[in-house]
Formats: sequence, structure tokens, C-alpha cells
Amino acid sequence: MAELIFNLSKEGKCAFSLPESQVPSYEIDKKYTREDDVSLPEVSEVDVIRHFTNISRNNYGVDQGFYPLGSCTMKYNPKVNEDVAGLQGFTSLHPYQPEYQVQGALKAAYELGGYLCEITGMKGATLQPAAGAHGEMTGIMIIKAYHQNRNDNKRTKMIVPDSAHGTNPASAATAGYEIVQVKSDDLGLVDIDALAALMDDETAGLMLTNPNTLGLFESNITKIAKIVHDKGGLLYYDGANLNAIMGIARPFDMGFDVVHFNLHKTMSTPHGGGGPGSGPVCVREDLVRFLPKPVVCKDGERYYLDHDRKDAIGRVKAFYGNYLVYIKALAYILTMGPDGLKKASETAVLNANYIMAGIKDSFVIPYDRFCMHEFVLSGSRQKEQYGISTLDMAKRLLDYGYHPPTIYFPLIVHEGMMIEPTETESKETLDKFIEALNKIAKEAKTNPELLHDAPHNTYVRRLDEVTAARNPVLKWEKEQDE
Amino acid sequence: MRYIPVTDRDRQEMLKRCKADSVEHLFSCIPEQVRLKRPLNLPPAKSEMELIKYMQSLAAQNSNTGNYACFLGAGAYDHYIPSVISHLISRQEFLTAYTPYQPEISQGTLTAIFEYQTMICELTGMDVANASMYDGASALAEACAISSGAFRKRSDIIIVEDMHPEYRETVETYLKFRDIKYTSMTVKQLLEADLTNVAGVCVQYPSFYGDIYDMQVIGDYVKQNGSLFIVCANPVALALLKSPKDFGADFVVGEGQPLGMPMGFGGPYLGFFACVKEHMRKMPGRIVGKTTDVDGKTAYVLTLQAREQHIRREKATSNICSNQALCALTATIYLSVTGKKGFKQVAQRCVDNAHYVYEGLLKTGKFEKTSDMPFFHEFTVKPKVNIAALNRYLYGHGFIGGLETDRGWLIAVTEKRTKEEMDEFIRRAGEFNG
Ligand SMILES: Cc1ncc(COP(=O)(O)O)c(C=O)c1O
Repeated sequence: MAELIFNLSKEGKCAFSLPESQVPSYEIDKKYTREDDVSLPEVSEVDVIRHFTNISRNNYGVDQGFYPLGSCTMKYNPKVNEDVAGLQGFTSLHPYQPEYQVQGALKAAYELGGYLCEITGMKGATLQPAAGAHGEMTGIMIIKAYHQNRNDNKRTKMIVPDSAHGTNPASAATAGYEIVQVKSDDLGLVDIDALAALMDDETAGLMLTNPNTLGLFESNITKIAKIVHDKGGLLYYDGANLNAIMGIARPFDMGFDVVHFNLHKTMSTPHGGGGPGSGPVCVREDLVRFLPKPVVCKDGERYYLDHDRKDAIGRVKAFYGNYLVYIKALAYILTMGPDGLKKASETAVLNANYIMAGIKDSFVIPYDRFCMHEFVLSGSRQKEQYGISTLDMAKRLLDYGYHPPTIYFPLIVHEGMMIEPTETESKETLDKFIEALNKIAKEAKTNPELLHDAPHNTYVRRLDEVTAARNPVLKWEKEQDE
Repeated sequence: MRYIPVTDRDRQEMLKRCKADSVEHLFSCIPEQVRLKRPLNLPPAKSEMELIKYMQSLAAQNSNTGNYACFLGAGAYDHYIPSVISHLISRQEFLTAYTPYQPEISQGTLTAIFEYQTMICELTGMDVANASMYDGASALAEACAISSGAFRKRSDIIIVEDMHPEYRETVETYLKFRDIKYTSMTVKQLLEADLTNVAGVCVQYPSFYGDIYDMQVIGDYVKQNGSLFIVCANPVALALLKSPKDFGADFVVGEGQPLGMPMGFGGPYLGFFACVKEHMRKMPGRIVGKTTDVDGKTAYVLTLQAREQHIRREKATSNICSNQALCALTATIYLSVTGKKGFKQVAQRCVDNAHYVYEGLLKTGKFEKTSDMPFFHEFTVKPKVNIAALNRYLYGHGFIGGLETDRGWLIAVTEKRTKEEMDEFIRRAGEFNG
């Protein structure tokens, strides 16, 4: 068993030193202080380095291999972006330094906001949201503020498709909306008639991702926009899938009013094992006044933070967002340029179609036509014929050295597996992955036990998640360890 | 395209396999009318050399705390960051992994978060902690929202004044969109307030202005009146100050930036979130738990997922999905490196330095006291001169001065400040006559 850092603790060890103090010590009144010390480990610097290095080796990252986690756009995270975001002129800035001390920092934010607007066709941006879901919440609050500002207070509902990511309904709920679900049609697209029937003057809008979570472009998008707009609603774009359409089509031109980015997907910033991400929101012109405070602005050659915005929704976190994350996104956009971004989208789409074509004979493809940057297969054949679930197949992929695709999402595909290769993968990588998936499909038939028990080669094997949730142990305790 | 390894020849072969005539063919599902018919209006692609040069030029237009001694705090603090941190958190295994959905190949992240949760519980005295939130302000907002929903008969929230103004705005934004009622009042008013309809009371510890209140008195009053007590704490202060558990906190949240994260012009930071066991199943965000694999080996896994958006959708306890995992790892490493002794030393040195500067400034005769309350590493004084002008003057002498607030000049002093810096800061601040 891997030790925890607490197991390495030994009285007297220390990995830290301060310079000698040259000022008198001051004692805070005992009434306000604690008697005991916080029980942190006592370890050496070598202990720390070895411990975290060793546990890191039980992880799997993009730098190790293929990571076709659908909906997450696990593209390569360029190293130079880490270097530039690590420049002291960015890392060692206090967020409240006066504007005249941080003109370069403000300029970077201003330029990035402008580029994000150009990519989406929008007119104003906020970089404040810390992740995709945070951007969704911000965007939906902007939609609510828009309606309230027009004294249109009867709109209490937000529509989301049945294929939507869980954060969509959850975010709309945090902005105080009731959720109404619209179903998908046989083609995997929003059912237009169902939408028309649901959309009324008590509905604030529709949240959509396009291409949608099945990897299919909502080709009726202008009709959808018309249905929503005609009834006074607004259209929200979940930017998780922007990697399919950069330089090819823009959310504003499709009729969207508000959009968020996941810079930790589309713009290549590393995901860090679950964040920090960055979820900027861009809006059409008449919604700019509702953006959270402050907004970076430019006056002649001077950049400044505009706090004086009476219609702003407020703010969704302190300061200006995950700054050092979005600096990496800026570096990425500058590196790619307009042609590079378009090429990225084209290649992402080509790569996804190539995998789909390569595994077609082994799996059910519920929506069998060209996909965008990702597609969803169904393991229903394996399930029905051999009792092998998509989970089993995903776990078997671990044995082949891959991070498995997203599974059981979207909810509308039976035994779904969502594959998103991204553009940073070579044909050779895709070929090997196709081979592995086809082999697993064969194994399902010839050796189902192998899949049931997979993975076999990983550091730990399948975990007892039921007990973990039933009797939660959420921290280390001395007694329990002995 | 440095990051796109598919060659033109590959493309042709791949298209053939897809039974597509061209890449354009693959996009035929996108209607003409929504197509972008021109190139994106962005700067042309930069080579790596050009990129570095450009980004360096932007960075050079900022005055950073490497060259200026920082006395500014107010929610972001200039602490020393041990060298090992950047080495460990830039390991690709941590940096380039996604959220640990596949525990068999994510034990690195999961183990670190389990350790992080343990340390946050130790710091706060709470029973359980989650895997991280976006920042201190949003963590506080989530704690308020959960408290508001914890009762059948009461739902209002009280924010005690002297809360960081941006935290207050964040809480207000989160609450107003859910139609949750909130009010703001002083501690004195709170201790006489009718709390019948109040679900939660939140207090910053120490306050935005640095004051350390007698939290026991506040805690007792809040508990006697049946409300939940939400404490927004500075984690470094918790090394010395009374544990929130001791004065009855139900939720302890705060900003983890001081635990090894650079100030980075405001982010990424780390919201920590901890609470007593009763609210465990209402906690927002990811939580890691201990379990075993089929061979009986100890392992860690994301747990209590029935609270979360991917299962509960609009009924989830929060919408949070990606959090600040790498920042939680940073805090875990920071607290391991400083450890039981070093962490306390950091806190004590902050206290020593801050009190040295406080006394020094008062001695110049140019500043007035604004409070008689004890403080940790941050305080206000009232200068006779204009604060913006004072800060500009200090900037000319290599200092980043304190924040202008409605109670005066808010100064923070960390363990990083040397005696020379402090003496010079006091002297320069004292000699400025406007
Ligand atoms: C379609 C979609 N929407 C929204 C999100 C939420 O993004 P984040 O994790 O950054 O909050 C995700 C991320 O998994 C997603 O795939």
C-alpha cells in the first residue's frame, strides 16, 4: 500500500526554514489563540519529493499517451505556455496593484477577451468565471438579468436538451430557474416540434451545445434560434465543444446570445487533475452591460478595470478569474493564429471520423453519419450478446495503456462510449487505438471473463465504490491506520 | 502547425477510409448561412521565439513583487513559496490529467486530495472537507446557499460587515439569483438581532480589516438562536488562532492562496470548504474517499457522487464540476513542507512583522489608530495624507503600498519582509507629506 504523507511523519523532521528574525516577537492575547499545534506531518524535503513523485506515477496524463475522453478535449498542453505563464511579471502581481503598475497584465486580458469575441462573434467578454460550469452560471445570470431589466419577470423556466451535460441544468438551477427538458429526435438532434411546444413566454431560454454532446451539429440551429427568440427567450451556447468549429462557424452567427469557453479544453490549458480551468463568457452587444464587474477596458493607450457598471449581475468570484490559466490560452491562440485554429478544428473532426470508420464493424453506431470532433458508440451489442458492459470495455482499455473514453454520457445512448481524439493525435496513434477497440470487441465474444475482471495491469484494480459511499472515510485518522 | 501531427498524406488516406471526398465534406452538416466566410481576424501565428518575446514584453510592463516589496494584502498575500512546489506540481502526471474519473489510473491525484482533505480538516477542526472550490469567495457563497436550504422554517443569511467586499458581492450575487434573503450588519448589531428567520451567519476570521473578533461570543449567540455559523478563515492565521471548531463553526471556508500559490494577478487560487458531519451529504463539489480494490488493496476514489450534477442534474447540491485540483495539490505540498513546526513559524513571523510595522507607523506620528482589536498580519491605520498619493510615493521607492479602504490604509505584512524593507517602508511612509 502506498503510504500517506502522514505515515512518514516523525517528530523532529522539517523541510522548511525561515531566516532569523530581527524584530521582536509579539504574542497575541491567549484568549484568541489555540493551545495545541495544527497536526501537520513532520517530514524532510526528500520525503516530500519522493512521496509526491511516487504517487504521481499512479496517475495518467496526456503527456503519457492517448486520452480520448469525450467532451473533455484532452489535447496536448504546449510546454511553452507553462513557461510564459510562469514569467515573474505575471505570477508575482498582486490583483490590487494600481493600474499604472500592471498595464501589461491588463493588456493581456484585454487582448484575450477580444480574441474570444472574434472566435465566437460576440461583442463583450468576462474572464472571471473559473471553469465551464461557473461560466454557465454566469451566463444564465446574465440572461436572467436581461429579462428582469425589461421587467419581464414571469420567465421562470430554462430549457435544456435530454442530451445536455449535467452542469447545464445544475447551473440554470443555481441561477434560480426551473428546468424543462426537451427531447432529442431520431437523428440525435433537438426535436424542433417538441421545442416549439415547450417554448413560451414563461421560458427564459434554451441551453445548447453545438455540436451537441453526441458530436452532431444541430443543423436546424437557425430554426431553433428563431423559435426561442420569437417567444422572447435567449439562446445559451455551452462552449465545451467549440473545438469542432473554430474559424468555421461562430455561435453568434448561429443565433446564440451568450457563450462560455472551457479554455482548459479548447484552448489547450492543462486540466491539472480536475482544475484549475477557466470559463470566460462572451455576449452579444446589448448584454455587455450585464457582465460581472469589473470589465477590462481600454482608453487610448491606457488599460483599466471598469468597476462602475450599474447593470452588472454582480461578481461570481474575487478578483479577475484564473489569470495564469488564461494567460496560457492567450499564448495558445497567438501560437495557432487564425489558420492554425481552423486547422485544429478540421483535424479534430477528421480524427474523430477516422476512428468511427475504423470501429464501425465492431460496435453499434447509433447515429451513423459524419460526426464532428467526437462521436458516441453504443456497447449494446456486446451487452446483449455477451453480457459485457461498456464499463467493462473501458476498463479493458486501461490494460492496453489508454485513458478510456467518457462512458454513459450522454444519458440518451444505451451503453454509450464517447470518443474524442482531438487534433493533436497522429494517424499512428489513432490506428493503434482502433486496433485495441476492435480487439476488445473480439475479446467480448471469446473471453468475456477477461473484460469482466479488467483492468489487470493497473496499480490498483476495480474499486469498491459502494462501500466508499455507504461508509464514507474522507480523511486519514491515526487510529484507523493502526 | 507545431501541435498538429497529421500530415497531408495522412489526411488523404484518412478521408478515403471515412468515405469522404474532402475535409469540407465532413462539415457538410453545417448550413451555409451560419458559415464564417472569411478567416478569423486574429494576429498571424507566432513561432515559439516570437511568442516568448511578446509575452515577455507584456510581463515586463508590470511591476512585480520580485522587484517591489509588497505590503498589500486584502485577500491575496505575498508569502514565500518553497522551491519544491513548482517542481512537483509541474510533473505531467499531475498537470496533464483530467478529473480522476478512472481511479485505477488516477491514484496520484486521488491520494493527494485525500491528504488535502485531511489537512483542511486539521486546520479548521471540521469533520469533513471537499476536494476544493474555485476560490474563497465562491466557497463562502456555496456555504451560504447550503445553510439557507438546511431548514424548513428559516432561510435568511446574515453577512457580518467587515467581510471582504468582493466576497460579499459574490455571496450577494449567488444568493439574489436564488431569491435568498440576506442582510449585512455589524457584530454589535448581530448580537442583538432577532435570528428567528436566519439560517446562517457568516463572519470573516480575521475580518477584512484584520480585526480578530471574540468568535466565542458570536458563536454562542448564533448557536443559541439555532442558526448555522459560517466562518471564512485565513488558513495561515489558523496556525495560531483558536480553531473554529472550538467556537461552534458549522462551516469553515476560505481562500487557500496563502498555502503556496503565487498571487498571479488574482488566480488561480483555492477555495477550501469544510463542515461538520451533519452537512456531509449536502457538500458541493468533488469528495475523495478511501476504499479497497478487488484484491483488498487500499485505494481512493471520488465518492458521495449522488450529490453531484452528473447524477442529480438540477437537483445537485452545486453545479461545480472542474474545481481547482492542482491548487489543492499545491496546498498539500505546502503544508507538508512547512509541516507542524514550520507552518506555525510562518504564522508567528507574520504576526511579529505586522506588529513591528504597525508600531513603527504609529511612532512616526503620521498615522492614527483605527482599532483596538487584536490582529494577525493585517491592520488598518489612518494616514493624514491622500492614500493613492502615498502609495505612488512609496512605489517610487520600491514598495507596493496598502489598499485604500473606507477604514483607512490596509497593510499586510508576511514572513517575507525583511527588517530593512520594513524599516525603509516605515521611514518613507512617515516622511511623505502629501
Ligand atoms: C458539455 C460540457 N459542458 C460543461 C462542462 C463543465 O465544464 P467544467 O468542468 O469546466 O465546469 C463540461 C465538462 O465536463 C462538458 O463536457
